[in-house]
Amino acid sequence: LLTMVGLFFFSSQVHTTAFPGNYPGYDDTWSQERFEEGHKIDAGSTRSLTFPQCGVRAAQFHCFHSSMCFWFAQVPTMAAEKVFIYNNTSIIQDEILAHRLGLIPIKADPRLFEYRNTGDEEGTEIDTLQFQLKVKCTRNPRSLKDSSDPNELYTNHNVYTRHLTWVPIGNQADLFADVDIRPVHEDILIAQLRPGQEIDLLMHCVKGIGESKVETGSLASLPFSMYFPFHGNPHNENILRCSGTLSRQDLKWRKVARVANPRLDTSSREIFRHEEFKDLVCLAKVRDHFIFSVESTGILHPDVLMTEAIKVLMAKCQRFINELEVVPME
Amino acid sequence: NKPPSCRNSLGDGRPSTVNQVQAGDSDETCVTFVLHEEDHTLGNSLRYIIMKNPEVDFCGYSITHPSETKINFRIQTRGGIPAVEPFRRGLSQLTEVCQHVLNTFEASVKMYKDRNEEME
Repeated sequence: LLTMVGLFFFSSQVHTTAFPGNYPGYDDTWSQERFEEGHKIDAGSTRSLTFPQCGVRAAQFHCFHSSMCFWFAQVPTMAAEKVFIYNNTSIIQDEILAHRLGLIPIKADPRLFEYRNTGDEEGTEIDTLQFQLKVKCTRNPRSLKDSSDPNELYTNHNVYTRHLTWVPIGNQADLFADVDIRPVHEDILIAQLRPGQEIDLLMHCVKGIGESKVETGSLASLPFSMYFPFHGNPHNENILRCSGTLSRQDLKWRKVARVANPRLDTSSREIFRHEEFKDLVCLAKVRDHFIFSVESTGILHPDVLMTEAIKVLMAKCQRFINELEVVPME
Repeated sequence: NKPPSCRNSLGDGRPSTVNQVQAGDSDETCVTFVLHEEDHTLGNSLRYIIMKNPEVDFCGYSITHPSETKINFRIQTRGGIPAVEPFRRGLSQLTEVCQHVLNTFEASVKMYKDRNEEME
């Protein structure tokens, strides 16, 4: 699985009370300039991407992280919607088999396809991907007589996603000649067969969003944690040894030990078990710094997912703005 | 209360996404917008940004029922400003924020990728 870890620096707090009128003497009005000034994203580390956003005073984005989870649910993917079963003599019932097929992530860029119209049963090359699964289990004539290992006794007794073959519709063969259209993983077990049993089916994959179809979520998980700064007295060298993620930093007025790389820090409480340190150390959260991990099912790269997710929210806003303009609200 | 219209006014045949409910006919400053097909995704972000508007006296939203896909979005304003104004402004501010996040994110990812290529 592809993963992406991000750092978000947001402004001050997660739950904010800094709204205009709440605090005399403070200007808590929304300001795009102030937001842009303080906002930072930083992508980094081998299999992960980082994006810190650094704060405006105003507690900008409590909403941002929660929104993120919802946005991802609305980034579309391709998944099996209809399964046409011509023959299934395996032990798995047709409907269970169809459901299993619906959960298989298909490696195809959903942005290249249209949504299929409701009521359309046939599908065309612009909205459907067709896969065939035709497997028959047979006895292996070369197996040893006293063998009890199914891998040796039979051929094709395990049906994997690699047995799914893409059947191009219309001009798809030319269109996607250089694109690899297949299930994301080759080794997902679909069914088990015994000699004489066979599966023969066609499946239609259409574009859908995670919200409306359980089987089409692009996102495996979106863990989320806040960044812990860890202040301590650096004069004692042992303190640095005690916690591996601390490093010494020179501030203007004094030296402090701080977490050097927040992504490696697990906010361990180990240090409080040492008598000599426990009063020197402060463990706290920076409330405007978020670490995002985006783990995709492998269809789209996490950074594409992230940009698509942001675009989903923008499209929502734009849709309401458009409607407000057309209807002068009566 | 006005009955919700079935089709939106953009003429694209999709259901209406927003209705406006007012207590009285005359009071434009206190309005509940019913946003269809929306949830906390938009609701919370929009609430936050509209509350940042000093002209807004109150702003909040609720999901009417877990099995209904709509939210009631309430805005009350000060000084006789129609509630549609901060609503519209909030939406465009939120779009700007998204645009900025998107730009920053893309720049950052590009920087990260360039850096990695250099290292290889």
